[in-house]
Amino acid sequence: MYLDRALTEQYKADFDAVSLSSKDPEWLKEIRQDAISAFMKNGFPVKASGNERWRFTNINPIVRNKFNFHRDNLLSDISNQDIRNLVPWDDNWETLVFVDGSYSEILSNTHSSGIQVNNLADKLQEDGAAIRAHLGKYASIDEDGFTALNTSFLYDGAVIEIPENTHYVKPIHLVFISSGTIENAISCPRTLVLVGNRSSVTLLETYASLSEDEYFTNSVLEISASSESSVEHFRYMIESPAAFHIGTTRVKLEENSTFKSTSIATGSRIARNDLNVLMDGTGASCILRGLYLTSGDQHLDNHINIDHSKASCSSDQYFKGVLAGQSRAVFSGRVLVRKDAQKTVAHQSDKNLILSEGARINTKPSLEIYADDIQATHGATAGAVAEDALFYLRSRGIDEQTARTLLVVGFAGEIVDKIELGALREHVNRLISNDSETFSALT
Amino acid sequence: MLLQISDLHVSVENTQILKGINLEINEGEVHAIMGPNGSGKSTLANVIAGRPGYMVTSGEILYKGESLLDLSPDQRALKGIFLAFQYPIELAGVRSRQFLKSAIDAVRQYQGDSDLSAREFDKLDRDNLETIQINPELMKRGVNEGFSGGEKKRSEMLQLSILDPKLAVLDETDSGLDIDSLKLVAEVVNRRRKIENSMILVTHYQRLLTYVVPDFVHVLLEGKISQSGDHTLAQQLEEKGYEWIKDSLGESVNI
Repeated sequence: MYLDRALTEQYKADFDAVSLSSKDPEWLKEIRQDAISAFMKNGFPVKASGNERWRFTNINPIVRNKFNFHRDNLLSDISNQDIRNLVPWDDNWETLVFVDGSYSEILSNTHSSGIQVNNLADKLQEDGAAIRAHLGKYASIDEDGFTALNTSFLYDGAVIEIPENTHYVKPIHLVFISSGTIENAISCPRTLVLVGNRSSVTLLETYASLSEDEYFTNSVLEISASSESSVEHFRYMIESPAAFHIGTTRVKLEENSTFKSTSIATGSRIARNDLNVLMDGTGASCILRGLYLTSGDQHLDNHINIDHSKASCSSDQYFKGVLAGQSRAVFSGRVLVRKDAQKTVAHQSDKNLILSEGARINTKPSLEIYADDIQATHGATAGAVAEDALFYLRSRGIDEQTARTLLVVGFAGEIVDKIELGALREHVNRLISNDSETFSALT
Repeated sequence: MLLQISDLHVSVENTQILKGINLEINEGEVHAIMGPNGSGKSTLANVIAGRPGYMVTSGEILYKGESLLDLSPDQRALKGIFLAFQYPIELAGVRSRQFLKSAIDAVRQYQGDSDLSAREFDKLDRDNLETIQINPELMKRGVNEGFSGGEKKRSEMLQLSILDPKLAVLDETDSGLDIDSLKLVAEVVNRRRKIENSMILVTHYQRLLTYVVPDFVHVLLEGKISQSGDHTLAQQLEEKGYEWIKDSLGESVNI
């Protein structure tokens, strides 16, 4: 792996500076210490290293830049209204707002006593036993430098613990805002979701920015779903066009649990949605949907990995992309069916609408199968807006721009219409209809 | 005069399809264009609507005295031209309601009217769905998405009724329809017959013309109008076939 000593040393300096003042428990300090050691050893997974996981995504622009970590966000005059204007909002949701990686109580909107939903910083102080058993167990610091770096700067984020037999009805919304008050800021939000047996929860993560400056969001989410539980997850990435975003999600599913996840991704100069699901109990299932909208010179990478390690599990990946300008997107969806995972059902599909000649998709659905009694399909398509569809709309008096927008909205609708959170669905629909930049780079 | 086509030559992918069409349509007239497969009927319909890929190599199409040739398909539609497609396109995920409302609002904006309110639209939509006997459940799908052949043609008739154009060109709307759907198409056409509406019915068979009596019938053969007449011409064609025209012209026409 590529290693630029000078740059990793700078992150180490930030690490030392913040850890000196920390009064956190020893076990947590150890986790961080191990992580920074792993980071110093391995560095970032740059493309030149020949690392297959990062084959299509050149992270040099992230690596060459030095981003600064600050423990506490500088006081800024962000109002609750600023947040509401920026992200989907529903007063009935449990909303936790983080600014540059740190929890902001005043901007958040929580209803319950807070037993089940907490900001990580508080939770780490008070107890730790439950968290200690899970934190870092699903997202490994040895996998790549980004998770190691996130863990090195593990100070804040959210902990969601749903006890057994509990249907947590209110959607939980984690809002991660970049404020632009710190120059070249890196934020490393960490979320841990523990869902008890036969329980359920709905979680939305939103990543957004109040500034147009360069910054780096390096998030890690770990989800452990116990038997017969169900998790509905949404990931909404609307970062600024200058942002860098690496989002790592690691999910472990036990017996008969279900994980439904929808990722809507736009914004960012370089972004990666890196999602692994481990089917660790028989009868588990996951449905992963994704919509990515890219324009300008963006690069957006969906990296999905599903590990069928137990029998009778099912997985379904359904991704769609709309690409404009000179943008580039990657879909890499790997399904591994291990020897014992008989009766596996696995489907994956990636469809792309290419709006301009300069846009490009690298799509690589792949199946790696070691069991013999399974059902699996995969497929990928990429094409331009159909000329006959465009003519049909225009022959009804609809101008070309509107016609293209209708077709793009229709294409995206297959993902968007299935979003059950009303405020999110409306937000996404507005985004697609209003994002004139996405549609202006037309041939 | 509403539409005046003179010496129109059109090629598609470098093949000459129309070889000098002359046709004049006045307000309120219904013209049937008949002809065997490959005679250029659909080309004529599509070129009036401005479909890309149809190259006008010479000649002119004047609509209300103004050339259509430099106008985009949407500009033509706004001026009152409507093409009912031979093969209506399925628009995956594009909601029928939004499609129809966008189309109506485009026309209204062009005419300087305000957009239709949701309530006004609903009423218009409901009334027309009923007349054209379209299952409202279908309208919850994408435009024409998964529709049967007959449902697609009804959907075209719904759009025709709602958009209310001055000149409607029906490109083989009757082909492949069962008798009920055919009668319904005829009903829509007949209801639209008024002094301000003109129509061109492109058809292979005389079938539709038993329900809609056209003012003029033109026979298209090898890219030219070889004969014109009144509605009795269609009946003669039905009895004697296109061979008869060929023979009567006394020249070698490949049908």
